[in-house]
Amino acid sequence: MSLLSYLINGISLGSVYAIIALGYTMVYGIARMLNFAHGDVIMVGGYAALTMMLSYNANPLVAVLAAIVVCTVLGIVIEAVAYRPLREAASPLAVLITAIGVSYLLQNVVLLVFGPNPKSFQSVIPFPDLKLADGALNISAETIVTIASCIVIMIVLTTFINKTKAGQAMLAVSEDKGAAQLMGINVNGTIALTFAIGSGLAAVAGVLLCSSYPSLSPYTGSMPGIKAFVAAVFGGIGSIPGAMIGGIILGIIEILGKAYVSSQLADAIVFAVLIIVLLVKPTGLLGKKIQEKV
Amino acid sequence: MAMLEIKDLQVYYGMIQAIKGISFEVNEGEVIALIGANGAGKTTILHTVTGLLSPKKGQVIFENKDITKIPAHKIVSLGMAHVPEGRRVFAELSVYQNLMMGAYTRKDKGEIQQTLETVYKRFPRLEERKNQLAGTLSGGEQQMLAMGRALMSRPRIILMDEPSMGLSPILVNEIFDIIQSVSASGTTVLLVEQNAKKALSIADRAYVLETGRIVTSGDAHALLEDPAIKKAYLGE
Repeated sequence: MSLLSYLINGISLGSVYAIIALGYTMVYGIARMLNFAHGDVIMVGGYAALTMMLSYNANPLVAVLAAIVVCTVLGIVIEAVAYRPLREAASPLAVLITAIGVSYLLQNVVLLVFGPNPKSFQSVIPFPDLKLADGALNISAETIVTIASCIVIMIVLTTFINKTKAGQAMLAVSEDKGAAQLMGINVNGTIALTFAIGSGLAAVAGVLLCSSYPSLSPYTGSMPGIKAFVAAVFGGIGSIPGAMIGGIILGIIEILGKAYVSSQLADAIVFAVLIIVLLVKPTGLLGKKIQEKV
Repeated sequence: MAMLEIKDLQVYYGMIQAIKGISFEVNEGEVIALIGANGAGKTTILHTVTGLLSPKKGQVIFENKDITKIPAHKIVSLGMAHVPEGRRVFAELSVYQNLMMGAYTRKDKGEIQQTLETVYKRFPRLEERKNQLAGTLSGGEQQMLAMGRALMSRPRIILMDEPSMGLSPILVNEIFDIIQSVSASGTTVLLVEQNAKKALSIADRAYVLETGRIVTSGDAHALLEDPAIKKAYLGE
């Protein structure tokens, strides 16, 4: 029974990683850049929701929506101000280093505004825990909501990409920006939309993460951010189903590692698995080999 | 009045001047060929016309409108489509999805459906393979898809960059037949080709480029008989 409960917790944690990884993988797929500030957007989402609930007494749903709006706008602004001017830069390192800079900027601005002490986060999920098998299996409402959110997001996002014009435009831009422009697609607009979606999802991930692990500090986003990046690479960066599968597998490995091996070694196990996967399949589980044009 | 007018165009790649002051015009209904060797600047000109590159100097005028500064994604809805060099179909999308990308700026679903049917009629092989991923098509089929995709925007002028590149002689003939039939259906054609013989045989007029300059121009059939052109471009 405990294995089952570990598995469920692993899927739940993995669902958070998956939602974050979607942002990494979509931005990489479309703008061909690694947005290392993505993890910190999660943290900003957490603070936005917390501020709404504590200072404005907002109900949890309103707080979540506010966090989504804040992060979506933040994502669009970061892209327009920090990344867009560097898109034609000679070296792809320029935008990578800028992303690391934006990450530190976000952490330090939040540090300045909210102070260094971790804040306790009140869960946004008002439901009781689910007790199964006469109380032998206790599943928290947060766990259930997290997994359900992940499934809903996956379905909505896949439908959006495959069925809408804007989604098709994203696929076209990810393959060939020049050809996409010739079709009449506004490439800058499409990249901004990708950042908006990724950052909005980061807000959801932030609120879900803080509801399950109720402590929020300016550095809350960095570790989940890195793990979600690992999940995206693990699943095959650029691939949306890859990000979902990578995230969930990573969450399960981490929780099982904590439970059965050592809680200190759990992170090491996660990264060791990444290294092994990349040695065996360098493009990740569902990644495609990108053919460089000659 | 010319449909498309290029005035004293100068384009640089960094410090290197690729186009050194080129002027030419395309009249409605014509098939115009730009011919020249590798590196003459043919592709650069097309990219500048559709806004993928911006010129340092000069103007691009389309239907009396200065489009020099208009960004690439706003060009297609003006009635100008560009079939890029190397086809550049969206390999991960299906044939049908590629064609629909061609109609991206159009709104009326019923009319798009009609255009799709005319494109399928022109390229029956695309209809047979409409659910196949574009990346799995042969070179000739990809060229047809790239042309069909451009036609989906119902352009008044179509720019084609090396449509015969890398194709077998039979397919080259087929592609040139299609270009002629596109022209016959009322679309103006600006054709860039290394296969000068073929291009001149279907064009009305032609411009010959050498390292960023127009060196000769005139009636395509006259150029086909010109001894200097024959020697330099037709391998005779």
